[in-house]
Amino acid sequence: MNMSIQMQDLGGDHLPPVDHAEQHEHDAGKRTVLGFWIYLMSDCLIFASLFATFAVLAGNTAGGRTGKELFDLPYVAGETLLLLLSSFTFGIAHIAMQRQQRGSTVGWLMATFVIGLGFIAMEVHEFAGLIAEGAGPSRSAFLSAYFTLVGTHGLHVTAGLIWLAVMIHQTLRFGLDGMVLRRLACLSLFWHFLDLVWICVFTFVYLREAI
Amino acid sequence: MANADSNHASIGAVVAGFGLSLVLTALSFGAVMSGLVPRDQQLATIVVLAVLQLLAQLVFFLHLGTAPEQRNTTVIFILTTLLIATVVSGSLWVMHNANANMTPMQMSVEMAKSRE
Repeated sequence: MNMSIQMQDLGGDHLPPVDHAEQHEHDAGKRTVLGFWIYLMSDCLIFASLFATFAVLAGNTAGGRTGKELFDLPYVAGETLLLLLSSFTFGIAHIAMQRQQRGSTVGWLMATFVIGLGFIAMEVHEFAGLIAEGAGPSRSAFLSAYFTLVGTHGLHVTAGLIWLAVMIHQTLRFGLDGMVLRRLACLSLFWHFLDLVWICVFTFVYLREAI
Repeated sequence: MANADSNHASIGAVVAGFGLSLVLTALSFGAVMSGLVPRDQQLATIVVLAVLQLLAQLVFFLHLGTAPEQRNTTVIFILTTLLIATVVSGSLWVMHNANANMTPMQMSVEMAKSRE
């Protein structure tokens, strides 16, 4: 009798209290995602101070060209479209991952990666063009603030791309288990969050300068 | 079970979020580029459109809401928004006053004093 109970306890990791274990893992997952959300909110504060800096310095062009003369709105609309499209493909990947469809998840994550890479390529091209025209970050306080703000967003997207590549590999290697799902849930929040920041960038940097 | 699933995305939510974002983005760029909106109302227009798009994405992509599962993230977000509003509006206000009250470079001390 005693023996059989012990045996059950030993096997407990896999069999009888499976509900308990799953519940525990579920709670841990929720805590991780909540913790990640708190990190995102602190990231929000970094962007808030960069936006405030830009707003204060936007008029200080040091006799150089203003945003209205420098920025190419149709080009920015293209960048916006790419980032929005990548948010959409990540949303679809998120659904596929909840349905445990591994192949479809990897496919949509790859689509997100390619579109995100396109966004970064456009941004690097835009920055290179500005610098070549003599409107680099050292030209005026306005341009310093602009490159810092938009560059910080670009660096975040780049970090997101690296994380995406890692998660594509992990999904292929480990499948959609609890750990991979939890990490993908955090990455999903991160990616959508960057889209939110970009809404503020195109509104308060590009469009406001063009008015 | 229905509550536990409320945090989970659905195709409908993703498509709705994407569609709304596309329309609001197009309206924002259109308001500034087309010239259909009077110049002095353009800033207000794009700010309102940006806030609407932020709300649309927060609800459809980031799943903020009032369901028990979503309440923690929503409350943390609202508090962060308050902090951001304080930092940004405070900086702009202080810097505006600093600029407005600075002695102009071209003005001598005597001229500035005589202005008072």
